[in-house]
Amino acid sequence: MPIIALLIFTFATALIGLFIPIRYGNRFAFISSLIVFIYSLYLFCTFPITADFQYVVDYSWIQSLGIHFKVGMDGISVLLVMLTTFLTPLIIFSVRKSEPRPRAFYSLLLFMEMALIGVFVSMDGFLFYIFWEIALIPIYFICLLWGGKDRVRITLKFFIYTLTGSLFMLVGLIYLYLHTPGEHSFDIQALYTAGKSLSAHAQCILFWFFFLAFGIKMPIFPLHTWQPDTYSDAPTQGTMMLSGIMLKMGIYGLIRWMIPMLPVGLSQNAQYVMWLSIAGVLYAGIIAFTRKDMKRLLAYSSISHVGLIAAGIFAFNGQGLQGGIIQMLSHGINVVGLFFVVDIIQSRTGTRDIASLGGIRLKAPYLATVFAIIMLGAVALPLTDGFPGEFLLISGVFKFENIMGAVVGLTIIIGAVYMFRMYQRTILGETSLATENFTDLTAGEKAVLIPIVIMVILIGVCPNLFLKVSEPAILKLLGGI
Amino acid sequence: MLQYAALIPFFPLAGFIILGLLNKRLPKNLAAVIACGMLLISFGLALGMFMNISGQSQEVQLAPWINVGSFSASFTFLLDPLSSIFLMIITGVGFLIHVYSIGYMHDDEKHNIFFAYLNLFVFFMLVLVMASSYLLMFVGWEGVGLCSYLLIGFWFKNKAYNDAAKKAFIMNRIGDLGFLLGIILLFITFGSSDYHTIFTKANGFMSGDAMITTITLLLFVGAMGKSAQIPLYTWLPDAMAGPTPVSALIHAATMVTAGIYMVARSGILYALSPISMYVVALVGVVTAVFAATIALTQNDIKKVLAYSTVSQLGYMFLGLGVGAFSASVFHVMTHAFFKALLFLCAGSVIHGLAGEQDIRHMGGLRKKLPITFITFLIGTLAIAGIPPFAGFFSKDEILIHAYSSNKLFWALGMLGSMMTAFYMFRLLFLTFSGTYRGDSHKVHPHESPKVMTVPLIILAILSTIGGFVGVPESLGGTSQISKFLDPVFKPAQAKMMMVEGSGGVSEMMLMGITITVVLISIFAAWYMYVSRKSVPVSEGTKLPFFTKLSYHKFYVDEIYSALITKPLDKISELLKNIIENKVIDGVVNASGKVTEWVSGLMRFVQTGNVDFYLLAMVVGIALIIFLKLM
Repeated sequence: MPIIALLIFTFATALIGLFIPIRYGNRFAFISSLIVFIYSLYLFCTFPITADFQYVVDYSWIQSLGIHFKVGMDGISVLLVMLTTFLTPLIIFSVRKSEPRPRAFYSLLLFMEMALIGVFVSMDGFLFYIFWEIALIPIYFICLLWGGKDRVRITLKFFIYTLTGSLFMLVGLIYLYLHTPGEHSFDIQALYTAGKSLSAHAQCILFWFFFLAFGIKMPIFPLHTWQPDTYSDAPTQGTMMLSGIMLKMGIYGLIRWMIPMLPVGLSQNAQYVMWLSIAGVLYAGIIAFTRKDMKRLLAYSSISHVGLIAAGIFAFNGQGLQGGIIQMLSHGINVVGLFFVVDIIQSRTGTRDIASLGGIRLKAPYLATVFAIIMLGAVALPLTDGFPGEFLLISGVFKFENIMGAVVGLTIIIGAVYMFRMYQRTILGETSLATENFTDLTAGEKAVLIPIVIMVILIGVCPNLFLKVSEPAILKLLGGI
Repeated sequence: MLQYAALIPFFPLAGFIILGLLNKRLPKNLAAVIACGMLLISFGLALGMFMNISGQSQEVQLAPWINVGSFSASFTFLLDPLSSIFLMIITGVGFLIHVYSIGYMHDDEKHNIFFAYLNLFVFFMLVLVMASSYLLMFVGWEGVGLCSYLLIGFWFKNKAYNDAAKKAFIMNRIGDLGFLLGIILLFITFGSSDYHTIFTKANGFMSGDAMITTITLLLFVGAMGKSAQIPLYTWLPDAMAGPTPVSALIHAATMVTAGIYMVARSGILYALSPISMYVVALVGVVTAVFAATIALTQNDIKKVLAYSTVSQLGYMFLGLGVGAFSASVFHVMTHAFFKALLFLCAGSVIHGLAGEQDIRHMGGLRKKLPITFITFLIGTLAIAGIPPFAGFFSKDEILIHAYSSNKLFWALGMLGSMMTAFYMFRLLFLTFSGTYRGDSHKVHPHESPKVMTVPLIILAILSTIGGFVGVPESLGGTSQISKFLDPVFKPAQAKMMMVEGSGGVSEMMLMGITITVVLISIFAAWYMYVSRKSVPVSEGTKLPFFTKLSYHKFYVDEIYSALITKPLDKISELLKNIIENKVIDGVVNASGKVTEWVSGLMRFVQTGNVDFYLLAMVVGIALIIFLKLM
């Protein structure tokens, strides 16, 4: 029941939010998302450390097709639900008062939260697909209506790109459905059984179908060309949603659906998809070296980080998977913090152009410090949130194949290069024309950034708090193949 | 009793948190007292531990950290003689430098944050040497790198300083990748990164095992970065951009010796791999000589000292590589005394000359800065290796071991010693003797306040007598330090089957040679800079070929920039403009175009003409029947 409550509550608040008087819009959306967070924190704290799904609810939905409304949470889902409900209030709180049509904006954000939670709790293939597609709708409108200059072209490209991927997934799901034993069903276990019963050849083909869907969402090189444009053109909250939470749908899809359904497909293709992911780590990282727009630089850095997560997950061992899980959390937290910092800088100076900034630390030491801490998380300094994940991921890849581990390890150098460069050119040095009158963080901005900074350090110092929650589920996953 | 020592790092951490959070709200004096006080408490605890350790080794578990299946790492500290010596150096020398900074940084507006960073640095450095596993050592390892970054770029308005800070961080990261991969291999090989497990299991390996060689070489890459060895040394001279106390503490006395600590700590692994030992010794001795040749012609007082640090670190690696572990640790200690002293003296000179660092504009400061002069002289005698000053005993022990292991290494080491004596006395004479060459109207050289000179005097005393803890038996001593460290290094030494010494007589002879060579060098420096009063030529004058090479540091920075930095930026642009925009997006857009084109074609079929549809249907049915019958 708790899951249904979460879904209904977010959906209801999204609807009600449309009719709340404008001046209460912000408060309403923030408080309702905060309630969702507190409730899911309670679920997280009382979550039993077992591999079984908890709070399972199973309604027959479309009986003739064996489609159920079946939801539940295991250790992996609960962490991602936590990530979603932790970030959404911060994202909502970060909306500037000057945003046009605020009620619609808030409602779309809340609606998106509902869809994302739905994706992370679905235990029925069809339901998963529905939530997966529903999540696209609000973000499409957010980008289209509140985006930058080139939003129509860019949003169309983004939409067609991910929809194409989704269609491959739908075909794959239906194919598997038709191979479920007995009465056909979309139930997760039935789909696992169906997938495993397929010939190696069929598994390999389906593997690429799902790879397209999840790979575009994350995105994995070379399926990523929608991402830098979309990230830099979407409104900041849209970018935060996309990079902080939505791309985790793709990674989650790999762990929850693709790998358990198609173990042979994975083992036969692991070499290729891992090299693709690793290529993306280096490729996007090196492109980030010379980006001039802060948002675009972060967009490429995100591709690079996600590549490492993908590689670790495809390596399919304890370190790689656990590293992937914890890195999903820390990447989400870091990237939301970093995009918000960029938003703050842009709102003060009117520019994101790295070359025309500088000297911000002279004017805004608070911002400089917070930015530095989140950046250290992003470059995986020990005792920040990036380190446990990155270390486990590199170990996982290394265990799979030494050479791959050594190559992907270059990320710790590359990441430091582009991040420190950007930091130096924007924050340090003498002030420029744009930053002459820069003001430090407001109380509202601190309220968003301080929780993020706390999480950066908390995950870095006590990663076990989170690792132990997903461990049983990961062990079951590893044992199941 | 001993386990209280586990608290040592937390005092500086508390200092950092208090100063970091309150920052400007604290009055300067109070901030300084907190920072220094925290270190003094740590020093007291370290001293207590040193007194009580007597060869024991104890682990103190604090908390778990990362657990994934069988893979686990925890916050656990190891208290043993080796960590105890490093704790003494870090908290002791660290405390003196903190006190000195009260005077040096007094007028800086970011005074409080400076002390916060210094405290944070000490915390990470203590974690580094107290860790009981490689992964926790890595925490301290990267942490000190961060503090080094923050402190090199402390005056962040200056672009050159920021560049230097970034360079230090990134170059260290290159080394860190090696270290990290080494740790991962340790995990895979031994199932743990705890010293205890690894060193116990390592006993079962054969000498020359390929896996151990790979691991030790990877770890050494990390050491090369942190301890500024060829080819990853160019960040250290640039790091002199930071305030001088930082150069003394981080870039001379403590952080840069982390690589030596790590190799010494892993002694047993290195002992199992003759190849790695050889590489360590070779890199060390080549760096020692190479850096010394650059130091010969530098004119910035801090740059000379920086290259001398690189060179001295090379000696320490030489010592490790030839199996003289305790001699290297001994040299870490004496070097911490005299190099911290020399840097602080340089700081005192810079302070007294209102920021001047070029020795061409100094001279004759002996009278104006008497305490600084005498203490600097002691530091110079110590580094040059004149008995009975501290550097003599430690360096000599390394050279003697080098002699018994490889004559060429010994000869190169000797050459390095010769150059060391020359460039150090060149520095001393140009700074303090002769007449003042600066603008005496603008600058009025003056001695520094007590808060700065007292630490100088204490360090000078340590540089004078510090060597007596390691007087070799051939000179009638008892070599206490190597006895103290024996429990740590015994297993490694047992694996190596060392050729112990080379006989008392020959040892005396080697010492004699060293001293003679050094005295000749000092005389040469005296002849050039005191007797003939020559002064290095000013900028832009044409230099002889080798002088020019040395003066421009063999153009290594330029080579790195041309071979690595610039090409990478080019590749970045290339990837974006060609691969990303033209190739990948080209394919994506083309697939969109193809779809449009195909749908355009299809449109022609949909004419709206019913006759055409009927015709198509009939033809279709006919085809199907035809194909079925086939």
